[in-house]
Amino acid sequence: IRSLFGAPVDREDLEDILIRADFGVEASVEISEELKREANRQGASSDAELRLLLKDLLAKKLTRSDSALNLASGSLPYVILVVGVNGAGKTTTIGKLSKWLRDGDWSVVLGAADTFRAAAVEQLGTWADRSGSTLVRPEREGQDPASVAYQTVEVALSQNADIAIIDTAGRLQNKKDLMDELGKIRRAVEKQAQIAEVLLVIDSTMGQNAMAQAKAFTEVAEVTGIVMTKLDGTAKGGILYSLQSALDLPVKLVGVGEGINDFAFFSPEEFAKGLVAYKS
Amino acid sequence: MFGNLSDRLSDTFKSLRGKGKLSAADIDETLRDIRRALLEADVALEVVKTFTGKVRERALGDEVSKALNPAQQVVQIVNDELKAILGGEARKLAFAKNPPTVIMLAGLQGSGKTTLAGKLAKWLKEQNHTPLLVAADLQRPNAVTQLQVLGEKVGVPVFAPEAGNGTGDPVKVSRDAIDFAKKSQYSVVIVDTAGRLGVDQEMMQQASDIRDAVSPDEILFVVDSMLGQDAVNVAKAFHDGVGVSGVVLTKLDGDSRGGAALSVATVTGAPILFSSTGEGLDAFEPFYPDRMASRILDM
Ligand SMILES: Nc1nc2c(ncn2[C@@H]2O[C@H](COP(=O)(O)OP(=O)(O)OP(=O)(O)O)[C@@H](O)[C@H]2O)c(=O)[nH]1
Ligand SMILES: Nc1nc2c(ncn2[C@@H]2O[C@H](COP(=O)(O)OP(=O)(O)OP(=O)(O)O)[C@@H](O)[C@H]2O)c(=O)[nH]1
Ligand SMILES: [K+]
Ligand SMILES: [Mg+2]
Ligand SMILES: [Mg+2]
Repeated sequence: IRSLFGAPVDREDLEDILIRADFGVEASVEISEELKREANRQGASSDAELRLLLKDLLAKKLTRSDSALNLASGSLPYVILVVGVNGAGKTTTIGKLSKWLRDGDWSVVLGAADTFRAAAVEQLGTWADRSGSTLVRPEREGQDPASVAYQTVEVALSQNADIAIIDTAGRLQNKKDLMDELGKIRRAVEKQAQIAEVLLVIDSTMGQNAMAQAKAFTEVAEVTGIVMTKLDGTAKGGILYSLQSALDLPVKLVGVGEGINDFAFFSPEEFAKGLVAYKS
Repeated sequence: MFGNLSDRLSDTFKSLRGKGKLSAADIDETLRDIRRALLEADVALEVVKTFTGKVRERALGDEVSKALNPAQQVVQIVNDELKAILGGEARKLAFAKNPPTVIMLAGLQGSGKTTLAGKLAKWLKEQNHTPLLVAADLQRPNAVTQLQVLGEKVGVPVFAPEAGNGTGDPVKVSRDAIDFAKKSQYSVVIVDTAGRLGVDQEMMQQASDIRDAVSPDEILFVVDSMLGQDAVNVAKAFHDGVGVSGVVLTKLDGDSRGGAALSVATVTGAPILFSSTGEGLDAFEPFYPDRMASRILDM
């Protein structure tokens, strides 16, 4: 995560700085007003003081109790459904997450329920090989994704696997038929198992449309957590603030590269520190 | 969230109605609404600032003060200025005098390059060109397979000597592809490259090496229309690092306002050539600046 600041913090510029980081107008005004009040109260005015204040303010506002991945409640296999718009980083995130789970000795089954995108199944297959997970592939091209999801859970149950992660095709949230398909996938999974997590993958280079994405996916797929990808670039991912505060969706994971280990659990403190750091 | 710009502006204008002449203060109030609308549409802040500055200057001039309906006139100016930046007539693809014409695709990860390669190949083939697709993304897992599947779908051969997934040299593949295309008399070569971040110096260097190896007639910068404020940084990085001759906006079938179009056009000065409007290989059309202006303004 790259710093917000190219120059010393100026109280007047703060709103602009936050807008540039994709916090959105509303949240930027809200945060900068609060920071100014707090700065007045504490008599903080120097660059260093303001940075520290902003870091503390953001870290406090971003911290919540439900940001851990649910790997404890319910019965095995824990099913994780991964959804999001086209190209957000779903398949790559699944690769990274399954490697982390495998390192922790969980057994993992991956379900290739993206039966649409060219070579999507092969791509997930590569990640299954890299992470040492079992791949459940469609039996034929263009197979109903809900039936692949069903088979994935079936395989996980028969292998006594701990985790089943289901990859879905990218879809834009305004496509009703494709969105309805997610409901169908959910129901197919729930015939045999509970869903532990529905992770919505958001590309942090995206702007305010991420809010529309989160609203729509939550409605049809009951999202339980957000994954912010591509935070290794110059995008700051400020939209995650509104995703959490306005939509009440916890950010759980972040993606910071294309490699298998390039991900982390979301830490508000680290995120806030990165934003106010001196070096970018 | 706050109603669209037309609603907001008509509220502002309602309070101005009957005054006839707009004062500088009236204009500033209007500009605040416009600024907010542009920011909510994800136009980058520095682009918004220059843009509203330009509009303000014109709005203070005669054309508004002498207009019958000054408020409408301000909206007209906003529209004009937007269209001016987004481009007038859509430019056509540039073809080389001596074939093959080389088209290189570049952009961030997941922006829609490989899909566009398939679309371009299909479209060019339908116009009696003989395109060749080149698999020069050797990075992303199964990018080569993805291009091969698309090539097969549209009946266009794919030059793919390397399997990819982290092995092989994309610069060599690209160079060899041009030799092969010349020998086999393909008329257009479409080079698909790996997605890369502007800050990734090694990958940006690789992109410029590919460019030097193939001497493209077009370097198409493929941009996701959902892109946010980062659009300026990314556009600068690709403009400086590889060069951009044209822009393609993707995923316009979504409901994003697409302010990135304005940011990218401003920063690169390059024309937006095409809109990509879906996953299907026909979902691809010329870019219409006026439609984009209304979309950004939500009017
Ligand atoms: N730099 C960077 N690239 C990423 C990250 N996560 C994913 N990517 C890249 O983004 C591109 C798209 O990733 P995918 O995992 O295929 O995205 P997806 O959401 O599965 O895409 P579709 O299935 O086509 O909708 C690939 O080039 C990935 O390597 C990340 O955290 N950082
Ligand atoms: N809805 C929609 N989806 C698109 C469009 N263009 C591409 N996509 C989808 O976006 C995702 C990413 O497309 P790719 O063509 O793989 O993108 P890329 O830029 O080659 O990605 P990398 O090679 O990983 O950098 C895929 O799911 C595509 O089907 C479009 O115009 N509209
Ligand atoms: K962002
Ligand atoms: Mg995928
Ligand atoms: Mg690609």
